[in-house]
Parts: sequence; C-alpha cells; structure tokens
Amino acid sequence: MKLELRGITKRFGALVANNNISLTVESGEIHALLGENGAGKSTLMNVLYGLYNAEEGDILLDDVVQKFAGPGDAMNAGIGMVHQHFMLVPVFTVAENVVLGHEQTTFGGRLDLSAARAKVREISDRFGFDIDPDALIEDLPVGVQQRVEIIKALSQDAKVLVFDEPTAVLTPQETDELMIIMRQLAESGTSIVFITHKLREVRAVADRITVIRLGTVVGEASPTATNAELASLMVGRAVELTVHKNAPELRGTALSVKNLSVIDSRNQIVVNSVSFDVQAGEVLAIAGVQGNGQTELTEALLGLQQHVTGLIELDGKPLRGYSVRHILDSGVGFVPEDRTEDGLIADFSIAENLMLDRSSGAPFVKAGNLQLGFRAQFAAEKIAEFDIRSQGSEMEAGRLSGGNQQKVVLARELSRELRLFVAAQPTRGLDVGSIEFVHTRIIETRDSGIPVIVVSTELDEVVALADRIAVMYRGEIVGIVPGNTPRATLGLMMAGEHAPATESGL
Amino acid sequence: MSATTTTAPAGRDSRMDGSERWIQTLRDITGGSAMISVLAVLFALVVGAILIAFTNERVQETAGYFFSRPTDLLRAVWDAVAGAYSALFQGSIYNFRATNFLTAIRPLTETLTFATPLIAAGLGVGLAFRVGMFNIGGRGQMLIAAGAAGWVAFAVELPAGIHLIVAILAGLLGGAIWGGIVGLLKARTGAHEVIVTIMLNFVALYLIQFLLRTPGALQAPGSNNPKTPAMAATAVFPDLFGPRYNLHAGFLTVVAATIFVWWLLSRSNLGFQFRAVGQNPSAARVAGINVKNVYLYAMAISGALVGLAGINQVLGTVTTGFGSGIDAGIGFDAITVALLGRSKPWGIFAAGILFGAFKAGGFAMQAAEGVPIDIVVVVQALIVLFIAAPPLVRAMFHLPTPGTSRKPKIRAVKTRQTNEVVAK
Repeated sequence: MKLELRGITKRFGALVANNNISLTVESGEIHALLGENGAGKSTLMNVLYGLYNAEEGDILLDDVVQKFAGPGDAMNAGIGMVHQHFMLVPVFTVAENVVLGHEQTTFGGRLDLSAARAKVREISDRFGFDIDPDALIEDLPVGVQQRVEIIKALSQDAKVLVFDEPTAVLTPQETDELMIIMRQLAESGTSIVFITHKLREVRAVADRITVIRLGTVVGEASPTATNAELASLMVGRAVELTVHKNAPELRGTALSVKNLSVIDSRNQIVVNSVSFDVQAGEVLAIAGVQGNGQTELTEALLGLQQHVTGLIELDGKPLRGYSVRHILDSGVGFVPEDRTEDGLIADFSIAENLMLDRSSGAPFVKAGNLQLGFRAQFAAEKIAEFDIRSQGSEMEAGRLSGGNQQKVVLARELSRELRLFVAAQPTRGLDVGSIEFVHTRIIETRDSGIPVIVVSTELDEVVALADRIAVMYRGEIVGIVPGNTPRATLGLMMAGEHAPATESGL
Repeated sequence: MSATTTTAPAGRDSRMDGSERWIQTLRDITGGSAMISVLAVLFALVVGAILIAFTNERVQETAGYFFSRPTDLLRAVWDAVAGAYSALFQGSIYNFRATNFLTAIRPLTETLTFATPLIAAGLGVGLAFRVGMFNIGGRGQMLIAAGAAGWVAFAVELPAGIHLIVAILAGLLGGAIWGGIVGLLKARTGAHEVIVTIMLNFVALYLIQFLLRTPGALQAPGSNNPKTPAMAATAVFPDLFGPRYNLHAGFLTVVAATIFVWWLLSRSNLGFQFRAVGQNPSAARVAGINVKNVYLYAMAISGALVGLAGINQVLGTVTTGFGSGIDAGIGFDAITVALLGRSKPWGIFAAGILFGAFKAGGFAMQAAEGVPIDIVVVVQALIVLFIAAPPLVRAMFHLPTPGTSRKPKIRAVKTRQTNEVVAK
C-alpha cells in the first residue's frame, strides 16, 4: 500500500511541531525518518496514527484521502505501529496479546483463543519467527517481544508498518535480525516507516531517507550518503562523531570494586560478583544492553541500593554501606541515568537545582539559612560556564530542553571537589550538539586526573569515550577489553559471549 | 517466611507507583494558581446565592405568580441574596448599624478570633502538602496538643507569663509527637500517612475521652462530666484589645507561625529539602537528602502547627475547661484552608481569615435573615470542590491548561535559540 503525507502541519499553540511535511512511502519500501529527538518525528507519526489531528494537510493511502478520528480508524485503514515502549501485557500469553482489543468470541462470549493461536502460528511461520503462542510475554527476551508487536500489527492486516525507534532496546545482534525482518516485510509488500536517529541502521536498511529538523523536511538522502552527510543534515551543521582525546595519563588505582553483588527488591541477583578497578585519569565505559545490571551497579556505587555485598574502595577508603550523603561528600559525582526522574526537580529553578546535593552546609547554607545571594551568583557563573540556554537562573529546570537540563546536572556534579565521576547514560535523548559538549566535558574531567565511569548502551558513545570497556551481561562483567576493541567483538560480548582475549582481573 | 519475602517487595513496588501518582495528583490540586482560588470562592458564593434564593420563603411565594408579576420574584431574590450576604459582611467585617466605631469593628475581631486556629492548622496541613503528604490527622493532633497544653494550664502552678509559655510548649510538643508518629511510621515502614493520620484521630479522640473521665487526669475534680477544669488565669492568652473583644494574643502566635513557615519554606535549608522531597523524592534521594528524616521532621512540624490550633482553642477561645469536642472540626476545615491558600504561608493566612469571616458572619446571617448557617458550610464545601477540580474551573472560565500554555512558549524560545546557533 502506498502511503502519502501531503503538507502536514501540526501546531501546539505557538509551536509548530510539523511544518508542511510531505512524505511518500511506496509499496514495499522502507522509508527512514531520520531526525534528532524533538525534531517532530513522533508527532508526525502520531498524526498518521490518528492520535493527533493535523491542522493542515492530508493523509493518503493508495491515493485516497483518509480521515482518522483515532488509532482505531488508522488500524482499520491498514496502518500498524510498533511502539518504542511495547504495548504488551506481561502476564498474558502471546496469543492473548495479539488479539487484545480485537478479541473474537465464540458462543457465550468465550474467547476464541485457538483462532488466535492459529493466527500467531501462521504469521510467525510466514516470517520464520519461532514464537510459541502460549508463552507468557514476561518470559520472552526483548527482541522476541518486539516480534510479538510486529505480529500484532500484522494480524490487523497492516499494510503500512511504523517502527518507532525500534532498536533502542535491542542488542546489536537483535538489531541485525530486526533489519532482516524489516527486509522480509518490505519484500512481501508492506510499506515501512522506520523512525530512528541512528545513522548506521538507516544506511543499512532504508531504501529512502527523509531527514526532519525542527519540524520541517530538510532533505532527502539515499542510503549511500555518508554518516557525516546525514548527521550534518540532521543538525544543520557539520558535526564530529568522534571525541578528540589524547592517551590517558594513568595515575594509579583510585576505585576498586571486588565481588560486588546487588539483590533487588524482588530478591533477584541483578549484579553478580562484579570486580573491576578504575585508575585516576582513565575512562572505564560499562557497555551492555539496557537492563543487564548497569543501573543497579551505579546505584550501588552511590549507596542507593539496599542489599549490596562485596567491596567498594575509593582511594583506599571503603564506600559500601554508607549513606548517599557520605558518598557524595567523599567526592563522588553522579549523573543519573534518568535525568528528569533522578537528576533534577522540574519545578525547581536552575539555581535551586544547582545546589540540590549541597543543601546541608556551606557554601550554600549558613546556620540553617539559604545563602540566596551566593546561590544566584553561583548559578549565573555556571550558566555561563556550561552554556546553559535559559531565561536566567530563576527559570524552572523542567522548562529547559533535554540538553540544557543535562548541562545543569553536569554543572552541579562537576563543580564539587571530585575524586570519582560516574555518568550513567550521559547523552541519552540529547541532540548531537549537546552530546559533543557532554563528551568534551567528560574527557576534560578525565584529563584532570579524576577516574571516570561512563555507563552507556550506545556503542558509539562507548567507543568514543572509553579507555577500557567493561561489558555487562545478565549482571556479570563478561570481560574488560581495551577501548579500541572492534564493534563486532563488543556486540558479541553484549550478547553474553566471552571475548577471545579477555583482560582479566584488571 | 518465603511468602512474605516475595510478596513484600512486590507490594513495595506497587506502592511506589501508587505514591508517585498520588504525589502528582496532590501537586496538581495544591499547585493551582491564585486565580483558581479566587474564582473558586466567587463561584461558590454564586452557587450559595442560588441556594439562598431557593430556600427563601418569599421567593417561593412569588414564584407562584411569576408570569403575572415577574418583578416580585426578582425583587424577592434580590432581597434574599443581598440581605444574606450583607448580613454575612456585617457579621464578619464591619457593622454599619453600630453607633460607634469600636462596636462597628467588633465583627472583624470576631473573624480574626475564628481565623486564629484555622490559620494555625492550615499552616500544618499546607506544610505537609509541600512535602507531598496529606495530613488528615488535624483532629488528633489538635486534641493531643489541647490535652497537653490544657493540663499544664490547669494542673501546674507557675508564675504568669512563664506558665503560658510552658503550656504552649507542652501543646506544641504534643502535636509534634502525634504528627511525628505518622512521619516515623511512613519513614520506617512505608505506611501511608492518610491511613495512619485517620486512625490516629480515633486513637487521640478515645484517649482524650478516657482521660476526661479519669479523675486526676484531665477531668475536673468533683465533677462527673467529661470536662476539664477552667484554665489558670496565668496560662491564658491575654485579650489583645481589652475585654470588649474576644480577640486574644493567640492571634499573634499565628502571625509568628506564618512568618516561621514562610522562613522555613523559602529561606531555610530544611525547607529546601522539604520542598525537594515534595516535588521529586527520588531526585532528592539521589542528591543525598535523607528522605526518611524529612518525612519525620515535616510531620512533626506539621503536627506542632496543627497543635497550635488546639492550644489556641483551650488557652484563648474556650478557657473555662474543654471536652473532647474542642477541635470543633478545625482539623478538617484546615485542609480546605490549605487548599485555598495553595499551601503558601500567606495564602493560608488569607484563606484562614476568609473562613473565619464565614464562621463569624454565618451566625449573623442566621440571626438577622434566617438563612440557615448550613449555607456557609455548603459554600465552603463548594470551594473545595472547585479547587480540587481545577479542570472544571478552567473549563467554566475558559482558562488555559497549565501544561499546554507553557510548553509551546518554551519550545518556541528554544527553537529561536537553536536557529541562532545555526545562523552563527
């Protein structure tokens, strides 16, 4: 089915989220929609899916103008969506999830699950998926869950499939498999819209590329375009994807972690006997697919986890078992993974957020009184130093863009006297300009002789920053390898295979 | 054992989700704009006017022949509503019919007298709101504080002045302990403060009732009534403007409390931590703030402030001895006051005075115009309804939704800046 968007304009008040966007996806074509976060990709797809009504423009399927009042209409017209966050019920089986919302019933209102099972089998056979219709969703790996989403869309006879950032949660191997599936789907005549901001994937799979920036189409490209060409289209200027850095100047072991284990609130071992050292002046990147214990590991370092065993020593002093306050006071700087949830208070001003982890003593507090004059001056300095784009230090942090929010967090953490810097997913959801800024700061911190731990699920980021890379899989460190290890090896390690020559014990 | 270890964490997780949602809703309700508060009051008064008109006998009579002489009905409605609200005003602010100024201004002092405990308790509830907690335990905290302050006031002999201060401190301590228990339970076990405060209301009520029936405890010697003896004169708040008015020095303690809460929330580091926990407990935790201690301190201070209302009742308003009804529902009215005042100290101060005026004027309205005092209660209830349903008020007055009005503005700014960068 041929999909055509013609002159779509969507406004939110004064903001034009989509400005006169036109896009054609031919039958059997994979059309990549490339753009930074906040460029308007998701808005456009929500218009297509009937979640938003566009002020101007038409949606055409096979040259017939469509009017969608809601997702139901869009689905009936043959548009399916594979969401970034899966819309599946974890305690239901595959078959139950596939029919959810379109349940067929037999006599007496009973669910016709055998028909659902048959449908799941039929579709999975067609694409060579190996999926048991009676398996519970929560027991399935993430990649398989995504296939269930695909089956769900196809079972509604979707002729146009929209994939919204589908690779964010996948291992490199699973990503490759998804690419193959997308190819198969396209060959069987399905039109595919592939939303992403990852250049490599676009070039690997797309037939055509449309680049969106600030709500407008800034260009079309063919898959033969280079990364640099695509990236400069995305951000509107030439960007470097690599970070300039010199060889690390090692100054001896600063952080030493031995046999660290973490048990979560569900009594699961999420970090299993992990040991590593970090030297002053180097960046140790912790790579791995989301959910393999990295989050819990960083939280354990910060004293945020309840049940931690093993040894954590910073400059010879133990850290495990102390309060977050004590650990921060020992000189640990922390950029949390979820900046809106753990890093900032959205309703607080920039100035208030900048003093958030120093609310109990000098220089921000004297005799129980906030030092508002000092705070305002401090905030003004940091806003200038970190180039935080705002309307002044009293602006609420929640009204800043993601990149500027992250700069606030960085400014706060890096303005203390540090002995260790832990950055978890420091550039998640940021635009390329901000990523560059954050990376530069991290390398500067390293060069000033501070041990740095960067946790990232983005291989590009890991490779760009790391002096050494520790790969985590299912709560364990599969291996610690040098920073120049090929991506293919790292990809295999992220899937749990041990590296051929693991640097052990270091 | 294994059953408890597996179910408890799961329960904890779901509670976390639930409490996040709860905090968000609380924030939505308590964080409305001043405009919402004003409109809610105005609209509640309009609905009150309609009710007054409907229940007026003269209006009902004239409605019978509306089509022959419609002006009669309109005049009757006007007379009823204007009469009632004029009586409300004259009973609460300024009495035009009085012969001299000193008598004419008496209603205002009555309003302030009624407002005194409402402001104190409102500050306590509002403070808890700011830390993301709902303190419905005003009744219990007031009763315990009243019991402690009252006992010191009638059973202990101290010189004038010192006696009053000791009684106040005893009451504050009582309220702080009763509130602190809630904070402690929330911090240590995760018990929800709404449940715990409601339960502790009953515990306090029956405890005080028991003490009021126990000779040697709170009961007046030689009496069988569940009532305390009169407070010693040395422990009673002095009248502010002489015996002609009921207004007592307790009002000054409330002014001081308002200033204290303002300082606490906007100038102190403890208040900074309070607000941080109230807005985003997980970010506060990551920033090294001891969230559990914050819950404990906040509830203790909240309890002490609500306790101040109880102290004012027994040492200022009813000094002849009190029973278990001394809280007079103020602990619950305080929730409305805190909501109307948007949990801001001076907002609560103003809202407390407004509610004091309703109380003072309500009696005058009933006496002068025969309008049932329940109308005032209905108006108060409607205010809560309109504040707790901001979308309703917004829809009625076509106000923009906070989220939508803000975002585009910022994004537009951001876009402009990004364009500048590109232009460079």
